[in-house]
Amino acid sequence: MTPATACRAAILVALVAVLEILCLAGVIDRLTMQPPHRMLVDLFRLLMSGSLNRPIAKTLGNVALAFTISMIIGVVTGICLHRWKTLRNTLDPLFAAYYAIPMFAFYPLLIIIFGLGDAPQVFIGAMLAIIAVIVSTLNGLDRVPTVLLKTARISQMSRVETALHVTLPCAAPHIFTGAKLAISYSFIGIIGAEFIMSNSGMGYEISFAYNNFDNATMYPLILLILFTSITINSVLARWEKVLMRRRGLR
Amino acid sequence: MSAASKETLRSGAALTALLLISWQLLYWAIGEIALRSPAETMLFTVKYVGTNVFWLHLTETSKAFALALMLAAVIGLSLGFGLGLNRFSGEVLEPVLVAAYSVPKITLYPIILLMFGLGISAKVAFGTIHGVVPIALLTIGAVRNVRPVFLKAAQTMHLSVRETIFSIVLPSALPEIITGLRMGFALTLIGTLLGEMFASQRGLGFLLMNAIGLHNIDVIMAITVLLTLFAGSVSTVLLLLNRRIQK
Repeated sequence: MTPATACRAAILVALVAVLEILCLAGVIDRLTMQPPHRMLVDLFRLLMSGSLNRPIAKTLGNVALAFTISMIIGVVTGICLHRWKTLRNTLDPLFAAYYAIPMFAFYPLLIIIFGLGDAPQVFIGAMLAIIAVIVSTLNGLDRVPTVLLKTARISQMSRVETALHVTLPCAAPHIFTGAKLAISYSFIGIIGAEFIMSNSGMGYEISFAYNNFDNATMYPLILLILFTSITINSVLARWEKVLMRRRGLR
Repeated sequence: MSAASKETLRSGAALTALLLISWQLLYWAIGEIALRSPAETMLFTVKYVGTNVFWLHLTETSKAFALALMLAAVIGLSLGFGLGLNRFSGEVLEPVLVAAYSVPKITLYPIILLMFGLGISAKVAFGTIHGVVPIALLTIGAVRNVRPVFLKAAQTMHLSVRETIFSIVLPSALPEIITGLRMGFALTLIGTLLGEMFASQRGLGFLLMNAIGLHNIDVIMAITVLLTLFAGSVSTVLLLLNRRIQK
């Protein structure tokens, strides 16, 4: 363990301990927040009772769906745009300003168009994720060394062979970065949409518990979502680092 | 007008045309129950912007948003400079910020509301926690990437810490800091609006939520378009500013 990691762990433990003491001493009252150990106990109880299995499965399934859709459409669009320079130059300002658009403002419209099922949530998750995938695909394709493309031409490889053996492997680490972003954007989009308006899923369960002042359910759920998204993200970030280092990119 | 700015103008016009055409096509495909055509929306928006109700809610949102953005910028920049200049504290806290960035912050909304109560402070706090992380993260990166030669030169010239920050670190880190502010701006806006959507009786977010309840598509379209236009144009201005600095 490096000193930095140890220090970080110490700070986090200290913060949780302070929270625990404040809650137990009654400085923060029970209605506002529960002591951290209570949250963990409640989380364990909820997970064991099985009442959360359906919302968890639904949310994770939708995240996976939104992620898959955004990856497929994003990579294909990226490849097409890389070929078609004029369209790319036209769309560039849109990509740059895209994440400034408050995407959740479209959610009401999506509900009206698709109805109150899973579709508007998956759509919003995919919409948030897709631009990150397109941009990183383009970024990866831009960085394929010209030498390699020339070598491919000299050895008279066909277009498909060049794509499979040269272009895609070269661009892969960058596309992986896009995939990492896409997962966290899908997560943010879907949980957010569920929270705003829906009838099932983890985000819905939180807003339901919140509206009923049911802190014993709400805090464990929040904790669960934080754990899940942070774990997924840090595992992917570590993997990304390994990939990049193997290519000598970072 | 230079060739480059003409090119920017042309692609901007092409993009606008492309978006308007896709919107019209979508309208034809889906119809009057869920969408309005660009022309109808524009007419309604012009009429809607003239009403008192709109201005009342707009002022409320602007107040909350301005305050949240200011807080996010101040906290984000000081965190960024602090953690960027001090290697060890940066190594300790940067992963925490990265983790915070990937979390769906909307789940924290109930906690914020319980802490701050109903009213403007909860909105501001929610906007701030959305915006502060990207500003801090990009500033850390920018400050760390200042070329060591510059810092050594500052040392040889016996510049004080303040002078070093203002005449060396800040100028060379500025492009990335502006990118951070651009992202922070967008996220703060989203945060403030989300805050208004759930527990508020005022603001554009409340109007949107209300319009969903009443199935008032005209209002939903008008507010969505106005917000998109606002966010898009500020972002474009910052982007152009960034390009000019980098040249």
